[in-house]
Amino acid sequence: MSWLLPLPVAIPLLTAAGIASVKEIAPRRVLDATALAAAATATAFSLVIMVDTQNGDVLHWFGAWRPTGGVAIGIDFAADPLGAGLAALACGLVTLALLYSWSYMQEATRLFDVLMLVFCGAMAGFALTGDLFNMFVWFELMGVAAYALAGFQVEELGPLQGAVNFAITNTAGAYLILIGIGLLYARTGALNLAQLGRMLAGHPADRLVIVALTLVFIGFLVKAAIVPFHWWLADAHAVAPAPVCVLFSGAMVEMGIYAVARIYWTVFSASFDHSADVRNLLVWLGVVTALVGALMCFLQRHLKRMLAFSTITHAGVMLVGVGLLDPKALAGAANLVLSHGLVKGGLFMVCGLVLLRLRAIDELRLHGAGRAIPWWGVLWAAGTVGLIGVPYVGVFLGHALIDDGATVRGISSVQPLLMIAEAVSAGALLRVGARVFLGWGPRDDPLLTPEPPEEPPERDAAVTPMAVATTLAIAVGLALSVTPGLEHRAEHGADRFVDRSAYVAHVLHAAPATHEPRLPFTVEPASEESWAYGLAALALAVATAAFGLWRHRLPELLRSESARVLRPPLEIVRAAHSGIVGDYLLWLTVGTAVIGGVWAITLR
Amino acid sequence: MTRRGIRAAVAVPTLGVLGVVLFWGLSGLPPFGNYHGIYGFLINHRALPQRHTTNAVTATVFDYRGFDTMGEEFILFAAVTGVVLLLRKGSEESDEAESEDQEPPEDDVRSDALRLFGMLALAAGALVALWLIAYGLVTPGGGFQGGVALASAFGLLYLTVGYRPWTRRTKEAALDPLEGVGASGYVVIGLAALISGLPFLTNLLGPGKPGTLWSGGSLSFINWAVAMEVAAANLILYKEFLEEYIVPLARRGG
Amino acid sequence: MNFLAFGVAGWICLVGFYGAIVSKNLIHLALCLTVIQSSTYVLLLSIGYRKHGTAPIFKGVKLGTTAVDPVVQSLTLTDIVISVTVIALILALALDAHKKSGTIDPDQLADFHG
Repeated sequence: MSWLLPLPVAIPLLTAAGIASVKEIAPRRVLDATALAAAATATAFSLVIMVDTQNGDVLHWFGAWRPTGGVAIGIDFAADPLGAGLAALACGLVTLALLYSWSYMQEATRLFDVLMLVFCGAMAGFALTGDLFNMFVWFELMGVAAYALAGFQVEELGPLQGAVNFAITNTAGAYLILIGIGLLYARTGALNLAQLGRMLAGHPADRLVIVALTLVFIGFLVKAAIVPFHWWLADAHAVAPAPVCVLFSGAMVEMGIYAVARIYWTVFSASFDHSADVRNLLVWLGVVTALVGALMCFLQRHLKRMLAFSTITHAGVMLVGVGLLDPKALAGAANLVLSHGLVKGGLFMVCGLVLLRLRAIDELRLHGAGRAIPWWGVLWAAGTVGLIGVPYVGVFLGHALIDDGATVRGISSVQPLLMIAEAVSAGALLRVGARVFLGWGPRDDPLLTPEPPEEPPERDAAVTPMAVATTLAIAVGLALSVTPGLEHRAEHGADRFVDRSAYVAHVLHAAPATHEPRLPFTVEPASEESWAYGLAALALAVATAAFGLWRHRLPELLRSESARVLRPPLEIVRAAHSGIVGDYLLWLTVGTAVIGGVWAITLR
Repeated sequence: MTRRGIRAAVAVPTLGVLGVVLFWGLSGLPPFGNYHGIYGFLINHRALPQRHTTNAVTATVFDYRGFDTMGEEFILFAAVTGVVLLLRKGSEESDEAESEDQEPPEDDVRSDALRLFGMLALAAGALVALWLIAYGLVTPGGGFQGGVALASAFGLLYLTVGYRPWTRRTKEAALDPLEGVGASGYVVIGLAALISGLPFLTNLLGPGKPGTLWSGGSLSFINWAVAMEVAAANLILYKEFLEEYIVPLARRGG
Repeated sequence: MNFLAFGVAGWICLVGFYGAIVSKNLIHLALCLTVIQSSTYVLLLSIGYRKHGTAPIFKGVKLGTTAVDPVVQSLTLTDIVISVTVIALILALALDAHKKSGTIDPDQLADFHG
């Protein structure tokens, strides 16, 4: 079935080029329908590929340049369950977003469809490829389409700031990746992931490999919005149209996390051999990211910016899952990517409709206005609950697996921290739901940062496609924790993902696939510990929302004392998110210098 | 201290540390001139026998690593789409700017010598560009290089003749489909192989005769598709940016 | 001489980053990114160099002569195209920013913060 592999990339790209050529002549609805069909086809093919990978990795050598004597001359696509699943998620989110924008982006030019399809093809290529430089090419294509989409509503000044910050920081990150690729090529003479892994194995990591690891990881962590490289995400999300935000938060950020996992396990795992220094740094970066994201999420009143910081929180948790360097935690991260992507996508779609119907995107300005659209309030509530980690709902499965992995690796102190971060960010979303859709809480809150307003789209857009897309996204996302057999397949997929020697044998030496076990279609009961964490998260989220809404009813003394203590650090963190790209670049260099220095000293 | 001053003060020691780490890593590279990587070695030895292409770099770009080039071509395509989007939508007077009946400024070059030189230089440049594209498989050159050269040669039209002749000869209606065909052509060539049961982008035509225009089989077609796309894309870029400059000038009566 | 080429690449990269961090002008910033990109070209091409190697063109040249690495050259070509396109996008954004707000100082373009 390897002939399927190029299709999730070729079909969207070909359709994009086709639409661009005929956009002046063909009627708008025909082009929209074509774009939707192309994205749906790509999703279908990705799902078929994912099912096919249950029997072993699927391989496709472009140009028929198969490896000779264990040396890869051409470029390959090597699909495994996790990669194919990510490609399916990306294409599926594009399909939902295009369905949503059928009516939401009415007056937009057809260039929107072109850019979305290019974005779709690039993400699919990135998730499926087995060649490091090919990964970089799709990464850049993803980036270029994303920069243009972020600045789409260019009539206002805000999108320019968002797009500029996004473009400049991610481009700088991409250059770091390129230097890392150059270093690796110089050492091994290879660009194929499997071959890189084979050439680096057996030699201890020396200075070049350590610096290459640093640069490549940091470049991808910029895309994954990990502290201290995360500043661009909120700016970009605040200004991009809602269907574009669905893709940014749902798939693009996750691509960075996937890259770190893929490159570590295939290329570097033999040289570093589960090094505790690599693990500790990645895990603690993830924890800090989750906590900073949660704090900033609580301080927002701009709905999309708040959701962006919630994405940063979850990206931190995903990095912990990957950074634990453990298959169980990796399976958890994969599940988290899946459920978070769908639920967060649904929440952004609700935001889009709120902007359309209620003509504002600011929580305080929307006070009580959501009572006019109760079904969307239900969707918002469902999505938020999906993000808390309540047992058997939404992101629960991902968290449970990551927690298990943390216990196995002996870093159990991360579990409560991650729970707190997730609960606080979900609590902020609950607060919004209550204030907007129920009218609870005061109409003003000086703690929250005001932001410029956004121009709402045309008022008379049809709501049905939007409602269908949103409901689908949230419903599927919520149901993922109770999907029969998903946990087993994710764990087994992760076990295969981390098996470097099997990957090398299969890709370079065409070793036949080993017999894959038949996995059950059951839902495993959660452990008591996971139940405890899930319920604690729910309680904390509700408490956070209540705190946000009715803080002013606390005793005066308590409030003034805590303000005196907590206000300075809060303001420092808030001021650091300055919106100025020079600051962001400075943080990039500081982060690279520190991480590089730490790894240079500890890994030598 | 201003914000920028603080940034500069922090940046210098940070870049110092980063520099130390970077140079430390770079010192692990194989000595300059002593590179023995297997990949390049294999391609240098096989490009001619296998693909009948004397230019190993073009063989790498369009064949061995042809899939990368497809992605790269689409990067150009997407970026040009993005630029068109940003500049057309961002312009408040976008309706007037798009209309070609808008009175462009009276900036036609008056000197006959300059116009003559311009036309000759354009012809020479276009010929060199076409040669770079056509013989890119044999000697240094290729679709990308030739495409950019072709677009730049046409740019001479604006510089040496004037804005109105330039707009007359670079109409969007012609450039957009050219770009689209170039981009989709690459994918179609790849899909053609897939449909015949071979992996994507496999060469369906024979290897061709080395040292001639059609060496390399489907390589030459990919080469021309890329050249078309690159030339059209670059011309669109020049057009868009020039319009940003010219139209306000016209409005100011410059 | 041994380390000079790689050292130059590293130096260009650092200088480019410095320029981008303290830039007062979006167009200057875009060009600083180009400078950083140039450092990657220098690095890649220096990596591929072989002593006494000719260009990897074999017309009239016997097959088997030492030639420099063609793969890094193809990587550099891809790199150049990517760089051109991204810089074009950033320049378009800078133009739009100037039209909307009259300034291209990145420090002034911070509507969304906190």
